[in-house]
Amino acid sequence: MRTANGFVGQPVERLEDFRFVRGRGQYVDDLARNDMLHAAILRSAVAHGRIRSIDVSRARKIPGVHAVITAADLGNPVPLVPMRLQPMPEFEAFGQPVMAGDKVRYVGEALAMVLADSAAIAEDALSAIEVDIEPLPAISNWQASAANETLLFENKGSNVTMVFRALRGDATAAFKDAPYTRRERFSTQRHTALPMEPRGLLAEWDAARGRMTVSGAAKVLFANRRILAKQLGIAEDSIDMVEYDVGGSFGARGEFYPEDFLIPFAARHVGRPVKWTEDRREHLMTMNHAREAACDVEIACTRDGIILGLRGHAFVDMGAYMRTNGAVGARNIAQFMSGAYRVRNIDIDVTLLLSNKTPVGTYRGPGRFETDFFRERLFDMVARDLGIDRVAFRRRNLVAADEMPYAVAAIAPFPSKDELDSGDYQATLDRCLAEFGWAEKAKLQGRCVDGRYHGLAACCFIEGGAAGPKESARLVLETDGTLTVYMGSSGVGQGLETAFAQIAADAMDMPMDRINHVFHGSTKYVSDGYGSYHSRSIVMGGSAVLDAAAKLKTAMCAEAARRLNCGAAEVSLADGRAAAPDGKSVSWAELAPEPLSVEGAFSNHKHTWAYGAHAAHVAVDVKTGAVELIDYVAVENCGRMINPLTLKGQLVGAVVQGLGGAFLEHLAYDENGQLLTGSLADYLIPTASDYPRIRGYVMESHPSPTNPLGAKGAGEGGIIPVGGVIANAIADALSSFGVEPRDLPLSPSRLWQLVQDARK
Amino acid sequence: MPVTFEVNGKPVSVDVEPRLTLADCLRHHLRLTGTHVGCEHGICGSCTVLVDGAAVRSCLILAVQAEGAKVVTVEGLSREEGLTPLQASFRKHHALQCGFCTPGMITTAHALLSEEPDCDADRVREVLSGNLCRCTGYISIVEAVLDARAAYKRGGNGA
Repeated sequence: MRTANGFVGQPVERLEDFRFVRGRGQYVDDLARNDMLHAAILRSAVAHGRIRSIDVSRARKIPGVHAVITAADLGNPVPLVPMRLQPMPEFEAFGQPVMAGDKVRYVGEALAMVLADSAAIAEDALSAIEVDIEPLPAISNWQASAANETLLFENKGSNVTMVFRALRGDATAAFKDAPYTRRERFSTQRHTALPMEPRGLLAEWDAARGRMTVSGAAKVLFANRRILAKQLGIAEDSIDMVEYDVGGSFGARGEFYPEDFLIPFAARHVGRPVKWTEDRREHLMTMNHAREAACDVEIACTRDGIILGLRGHAFVDMGAYMRTNGAVGARNIAQFMSGAYRVRNIDIDVTLLLSNKTPVGTYRGPGRFETDFFRERLFDMVARDLGIDRVAFRRRNLVAADEMPYAVAAIAPFPSKDELDSGDYQATLDRCLAEFGWAEKAKLQGRCVDGRYHGLAACCFIEGGAAGPKESARLVLETDGTLTVYMGSSGVGQGLETAFAQIAADAMDMPMDRINHVFHGSTKYVSDGYGSYHSRSIVMGGSAVLDAAAKLKTAMCAEAARRLNCGAAEVSLADGRAAAPDGKSVSWAELAPEPLSVEGAFSNHKHTWAYGAHAAHVAVDVKTGAVELIDYVAVENCGRMINPLTLKGQLVGAVVQGLGGAFLEHLAYDENGQLLTGSLADYLIPTASDYPRIRGYVMESHPSPTNPLGAKGAGEGGIIPVGGVIANAIADALSSFGVEPRDLPLSPSRLWQLVQDARK
Repeated sequence: MPVTFEVNGKPVSVDVEPRLTLADCLRHHLRLTGTHVGCEHGICGSCTVLVDGAAVRSCLILAVQAEGAKVVTVEGLSREEGLTPLQASFRKHHALQCGFCTPGMITTAHALLSEEPDCDADRVREVLSGNLCRCTGYISIVEAVLDARAAYKRGGNGA
């Protein structure tokens, strides 16, 4: 790619900030239509039960109420939310009905929907609906699920929806004569992405033209349009999905939820625009949960710390249904148990188990956060057993630069194989330790200073990105010679407008201020799009921009050649003019008497693998269990940086989210399947005063060979190793007590208890 | 019931239900959608506005309680063209990603810097700890607010 222009790689301040800092962003709840109705949804208060009756007659009579919809109004059978990723036939029976008809399976499941003149009237009417549910025993953890005494789907005979298995080499042989083995159990807790903007939708049905417009869609609009078209029984191209500003996704927002059917259905049902905005309590009990996993894992090593094999079992609590991307985290736990390390023999199975809790989906670094915690905890225990320095243990086992591309474990039952694309994992570890000042801080390990115990840890990680199969982009040379960019990918708050403008400006060799606007995330802009997940937008979408730019330049040169009487290959396009060898030229504007539009695409099935290392320094007060994060360094190599400002923002922001998962965030349930953390006063996320010292560094020495930008997806790496590195630093601090944290989160009360137990 | 107050320097009269929050009144009756509603229970701070100069969660007060008050929203802390020093500092330090919490951060920071233009980093963190951001990790927000202090120190109001 041509880089004479040099916007790519520069810390360009964001274009989208002009509207956001002035309160001019436009989020879905900001939209209003004159004749619009408001929807409110009645949620089950029972975790598991048989619905005897739902009486909506009183609610219907409330002035201002236009309709009350229950499952009986949605056809027979009620549509199910399908799997978008890993859509295997085995999962189909476990799909979520968009509204509960005969059974409820979690607290928060939709039972009825009211459409009224205002949101307040709609909510009033919910309390007038009489629901009679016969309670059944609730499954509130994976062990109870595995017992299969209570079944969520009686006709299936089991709560297990699938078993994935990561296989490589011969684990049985590797363990048979291994000089050293250690077996451990670990767990990570249920938590969630929690974007600051609640979900919302505005659906408009044009009966005369048979067209549906859904505003507030995000992340994967084309995929959601396919699902909705099928469920509504209308053609895909009669639906427009429109993305406005999106207040964060982190994997969770924008997937197809029951409401993504219910609100468009309601708009068609009443023939008026219908808007719905969830409240935070609804959000916490309905949006995808994540991260609840446990493992029983065993490692085999030589006495000098060379890993011979990893084997064991993991268990993932899926909640009540298999949602669109619900299997991704479980799959990744199997695939990334070996992480950045050379493990020749692997046999890990992962069992997916249903429970009477909110269904799960992806949250930034799905499965990776969990499995990195398991592995890195285990590694520190092993290094201690073998008397090997913890950093040296990792160095001995990191995949080396000259082993690339390096095949990772295959995951049954999937046919696809994955390989790490490029990189020098030792170099990011070196940089991390240097920035952190490991050598100087090393003497603090386990030391008590002024009543607090200090600990350090360093861990390495890999981050997958660039999911295929394809992404699209359209470039339009406008009649005034400016450029408009249209993307098939989706902007969910990460700053794609700026990044794509940088890529387009360089590719067209033009100033960024001649780019009018970067439009993204709506089905109207390009013929096909794939969206924003698996850290894919820059690699896939950015490469599609390059393809579109090449095509646009070809079209511009052809047009210029016609006007200038020369060969198209002889035309140069610098400085806003198209020039012939004889010096004659025309402006770009003259080349476009009508807007000149081209569409480009990039197809790719190979993943990118950003990688890096994190290090932490903590001080633990054993009297209270409180941990102060004294220093944290995150280093990631992403092949090629587009915008260091936004990339570092992603890195540090992801680390702090990970710290929330390590210390604070927990969607706790009681034994009856009641959610105990249904507000932000109970579900704690990091605040400005919690973790003031995080330092992020980005390297780009090993461009990815999989795409013309050389970029690697890098939106998720910051969160992946955090649980492991924090738990290891705490274990190091408390080594004199023999405390070994095996479960997250490391809340003060849990840590205090671990210290008390160790003292006994 | 009728309520009359001032928003961003202009008098407004609205007929509202007594139960309507100031946040919903601003957003849906007055169409000032820069004020965002993230939790409706006073934790996230996205809906922070200035009421008679003080930073207030507009989801926790009723519109009728604003009778006679001077209310300023993020729109009122903005210029027609360009950015204020505080806004420019947010942009320079990449103190926002999705932008949803940003109006609450701007109003909260403006209230702080107007009162305490010499505040230190610990004080900024303490005050901003009442506003949740899920994207940035806060460090860049604290830097942006500290960097904007100069505009308030010069006897200006930063706007």
